[in-house]
Amino acid sequence: MSSEWPLWEVFIRGQHGLNHRHVGSLHAPDAEMAINNARDVYTRRNEGVSIWVVRSSDIAASAPSEKGPLFEPANAKVYRHPTFFDIPDEAGHM
Amino acid sequence: MVQATAMQAAVHRAALFDFLLGMGDNTLILGHRLSEWCGHAPALEEDIALANTALDLIGQTQLWLGLAGEVEGRGRSADDLAYLRDARDFRNLLLTERPNGEYGRTLMRQFLFDAWHFLFLKGLRVSSEPRIAGIAEKASKEVAYHLERSRDLVIRLGDGTAESHARLQEALDDLWPYTGEMFVSEAHDLALAAAGVAPGAESLKADWEALAAETLRAATLEKPEDRYMHGGGKRGLHTEHLGYVLAEMQFLQRAYPGASW
Amino acid sequence: MYAQMVKTDASRVKSPDDMDSQERAFQERIDAGQKIEPKEWMPEGYRKTLIRQISQHAHSEIVGQLPEGNWITRAPTLERKAILLAKVQDEAGHGLYLYCAAETLGVSRDALYEQLHSGKAKYSSIFNYPTLSWADIGAIGWLVDGAAIMNQVPLQRCSYGPYSRAMIRICKEESFHQRQGYDILIKMMKGTPAQKAMVQDALNRWWWPSLMMFGPSDDASVHSVQSMAWKIKQNSNDELRQKFVDQTVPQAEYLGLAVPDPDLKWNEEKGGYDFGEPDWNEFFEVIAGNGPCNAERLGARRTAWEDGAWFRDGLTAHAEKAARRAQPGAAE
Repeated sequence: MSSEWPLWEVFIRGQHGLNHRHVGSLHAPDAEMAINNARDVYTRRNEGVSIWVVRSSDIAASAPSEKGPLFEPANAKVYRHPTFFDIPDEAGHM
Repeated sequence: MVQATAMQAAVHRAALFDFLLGMGDNTLILGHRLSEWCGHAPALEEDIALANTALDLIGQTQLWLGLAGEVEGRGRSADDLAYLRDARDFRNLLLTERPNGEYGRTLMRQFLFDAWHFLFLKGLRVSSEPRIAGIAEKASKEVAYHLERSRDLVIRLGDGTAESHARLQEALDDLWPYTGEMFVSEAHDLALAAAGVAPGAESLKADWEALAAETLRAATLEKPEDRYMHGGGKRGLHTEHLGYVLAEMQFLQRAYPGASW
Repeated sequence: MYAQMVKTDASRVKSPDDMDSQERAFQERIDAGQKIEPKEWMPEGYRKTLIRQISQHAHSEIVGQLPEGNWITRAPTLERKAILLAKVQDEAGHGLYLYCAAETLGVSRDALYEQLHSGKAKYSSIFNYPTLSWADIGAIGWLVDGAAIMNQVPLQRCSYGPYSRAMIRICKEESFHQRQGYDILIKMMKGTPAQKAMVQDALNRWWWPSLMMFGPSDDASVHSVQSMAWKIKQNSNDELRQKFVDQTVPQAEYLGLAVPDPDLKWNEEKGGYDFGEPDWNEFFEVIAGNGPCNAERLGARRTAWEDGAWFRDGLTAHAEKAARRAQPGAAE
């Protein structure tokens, strides 16, 4: 059998007061799992406070020619940020 | 009188050390097991999600074993404790060292552990020992999500296809005899429970069983009969599997004694 | 690079006079630096080339999890273990972003997997080499990620919107990868003689395969010229290789390592290093499937996919059941 999990578009509100912004997409069997997966895939660096997902196939788009819970834990993973590693100046840009 | 207090303090410290090793060894060994999946999980999204759980557990290990080293007072770091003890000195639950097996088994092991971990940390958040309460507070947030995820997946796969149901049931039957150990107090557990440092092991049993029963019902899985339960992990009596985990994990530290990495 | 030698279907690059009005308008938009978005008209060759390039790149990320994943369980400290796991997890994430970018071009992720598993699709040659010591983990971060970054930074400006945006996210996340590798090596080079020897050995084994990552010289390749005209490739392979050598040699010197190339010499006139030619026979053998680890790498990916089928199907079945139950009047 093996039908592919549908594709979902992921929108994340990065900070309180800002709009949700499209960050990418992923596959999941349903909306609830898409939200969980989005948390794991797209907020690994503490990027968000709220997630929306919508099935890619449900998005209505204009024609191109018309122009157109729980994020605190990631704070502890300082090694995800390049400044965690002290590279001597002599080694050059990295 | 003074002497008696000093002795009590020493006993308390030894009990505390054992307890902290237990916490850190559980997260260390389970985190290690989960990290074995990295690059091999059944879906890309799942690979990433499981690695997050493993990362949380490794992070918690650093906190628990770090504190264990401080309490012990012999200058051992979290790394020293993780990489330079032999199996007999490990205090983790046998459940955490069970081999990954297929993915369903890994998820079932995770759910059974997460449910206990979540409840135990909840109790530790009101520990009379503030540093323990602090670590528990931080870990609780992470573990609440671990439980949400593993519980959800167990329900979905139990109530999925006939094949996923059968695999989950088999995993459950296989792992169930390793759950009893979570609710049996060792000497050090009793001392700490009396001092309000940690909840008594037995005290969590009813809540854990309710959580497990509710989840298994939703998953259409059958709770195995309570028969013989394995034990000994908290006293350092492990299965053969732990030795291999340590042989792999400790390889560099053992092969190059004293080197810094 | 992560996508080596991507073919374009072009036998020659069309001049504006050979193009029809639609193609000409398309090329003009690219020349003007505009981004092309998924539903817009594009030449079939552009679409196909992008699918090839992006999927090769994606396959490289997920196969690339394996050589480093090989050391996660043996990382020497808790912190190193967490860092390496986070890095390899990022690679899975980057593979995911890239597959999604490819999917906007009308191909499914499962179809791309199928191409990988059947051996039809390629991935970077570098991941078919074994990681034999902990120093290899440092060397991969330093050299392999260093080479990848060199290619990926310009790709952020690629003409195809979804690919460009995926690269921006990837570059941002990858900035720690090279540093963590170099950091491993710095620490080891301050250590015991055995550790230092391990690092030198790692450089000896990874240096040439790293240079091969850029692919053979493509100055004369029609595919390369076409890809550049479409702005899905920004620099020639030789340009990037030169840049990589110029940046990396001083870093090797800082570590106190000898680069295993007798022809390596600073050329004052060109302001860069002269260096030897990689063994391209070896490269083509590895691409053809005869590298030291091709069979293991592909085998591991196939096993993960096949063994996981019941899991994916189980979740699909549950989602369908739950959706049926949620329908009003569902009989259950």
